[in-house]
Amino acid sequence: MQIYLPIAEVSVNAFLLLGLGGLVGILSGMFGVGGGFLMTPLLFFIGIPPAVAVATEANQIVASSFSGVLAHLRRKTVDLRMGVVLLIGGLVGAALGVLVFNYLKSLGQVDLLVRLCYVVFLGVIGALMFVESLRAIRKAKRSPGTPPSRRKHRGWVTALPFKMRFRTSGLYISVIPPLLIGVAVGILAAIMGVGGGFIMVPAMIYLLHMPTKVVVGTSLFQIIFVTGFTTLLHATTNFTVDIVLAVLLLVGGVVGAQIGTRIGTRLKAEQLRILLAIMVLVVCGKLALDLLLTPSELYSLGAAGGH
Amino acid sequence: MRILLALLMLLAAPLHAATEEVVLGLSQNRVSITTNFDGSNILIFGAIKRETPLPESDLHVIIAIAGPSESLMVRKKDRRLGIWVNTESVEVDAAPSFYAVATSGPMKQILTEIEDLRHKISIPRAIRSVGAPMEIENAQSFAEAVIRIRKDNGLYQVHENSVEVAEQTLFRTSVQMPANLTEGDYLTRVFLVRDRKVVSDFETVIDVRKVGLERWLYTLSREQPLVYGLMSLFIAIAAGWGASTAFRMLKSG
Repeated sequence: MQIYLPIAEVSVNAFLLLGLGGLVGILSGMFGVGGGFLMTPLLFFIGIPPAVAVATEANQIVASSFSGVLAHLRRKTVDLRMGVVLLIGGLVGAALGVLVFNYLKSLGQVDLLVRLCYVVFLGVIGALMFVESLRAIRKAKRSPGTPPSRRKHRGWVTALPFKMRFRTSGLYISVIPPLLIGVAVGILAAIMGVGGGFIMVPAMIYLLHMPTKVVVGTSLFQIIFVTGFTTLLHATTNFTVDIVLAVLLLVGGVVGAQIGTRIGTRLKAEQLRILLAIMVLVVCGKLALDLLLTPSELYSLGAAGGH
Repeated sequence: MRILLALLMLLAAPLHAATEEVVLGLSQNRVSITTNFDGSNILIFGAIKRETPLPESDLHVIIAIAGPSESLMVRKKDRRLGIWVNTESVEVDAAPSFYAVATSGPMKQILTEIEDLRHKISIPRAIRSVGAPMEIENAQSFAEAVIRIRKDNGLYQVHENSVEVAEQTLFRTSVQMPANLTEGDYLTRVFLVRDRKVVSDFETVIDVRKVGLERWLYTLSREQPLVYGLMSLFIAIAAGWGASTAFRMLKSG
């Protein structure tokens, strides 16, 4: 069944969109990532104009994350205090990100830089997580039943001022690292058109040493507000939010997220991490190949003066 | 010489127009883009009205449909440090968002280059590209890229020999308009050609418009973006919460 999207001005198969939404929704529920880093390139691939894909994706992430957050709030796996700190950073970052984005656009190289950002971030994070998870799995096999030992020295993170107690996470740390993480995620969210969960989740685990169980819910909590803010920015400045596209993606997405959340609770933390690492590396590899291989069409069309 | 020729043709055109005229019919002069819009097939037919005896030369008919023009930025990739980067760009001043040409014979044989240039009939003539930067050596290849990419998308079409002409009086053809149309006035031109020259032409407009829900959403997003944005968020959150609740009820019930 073909459906015409009013803002994107293209006609696409409705079931294809529902399927894409569902698939990415499952991943969203399992890992606590918004799925934007997968969905945005997939939307480009099926012929949605990039500007519309990025803006609509922000809207869709709000919806798919919302049901995820509800599920996590019910299971009390959201650190609200940490979430608010990350959110303050995120809103500042999103505003900065829009400024950076417009600057890159004026240079005419925004596509390349966005792609390079994807390759570098996904590559580094994917590789780190993969190695770390493998080590954790090997350790768990050697001594079953004992929790993985925590590093005693947390270095600079513990040395910073403005300490705050995060009861849900069982942490007493400075607010500076989570604020900075929030800003970084906000910038990336605005530039790359993603929720930023794939950056935030590892940062929370490896930099803040938060328990994996609260990481997913807390990152989703931050994401819905930052992407909601981004959606409004895009809707009012670029007019590129396509509600019909968003609704189709999110109908698939919310159903998928519910299934994903349930799968997520059954899997062990290390297994979750290694799965996410593999996913991240696959997407990274695909994007890197696109940059390295000779494209079949050397020319590309874009609107003059605008995007 | 060329100027003289053009002047002669200018003088000649109204004379011919008086002897042979197009009476055109369209299966639809309005294309409504609805939610399930999946392209549209437009039948173009007509007759030639003449008050003088039939000339001896062969009559050919060319029909061109052009969507609204827009300026485009065409970028070319080149390999730099191992990766493919956009290096050169040319702005094409005006390129129609849709262009279809249907003819009753091979374009090169039924129409002279000069006539093509004058009436901007063939696809390369319909695209205007001036003022390419001096450092770009082959600016022409950028315009060609526009045509190649849009032909692949079905937005630019050439259908030679697709116009049927009967008894030098009746003609008909059909043009398939793809699903990815933009809104606007689609200028439809019909040319009567004799001895490789345009002897008469006729213009009409096909109105391509969004209707119903499509129209409403589009207008809202442009005129009240904040309301539209908030509505998008509200619908998204309501759907997210609704589906989540439905799942919980399914689980408990």
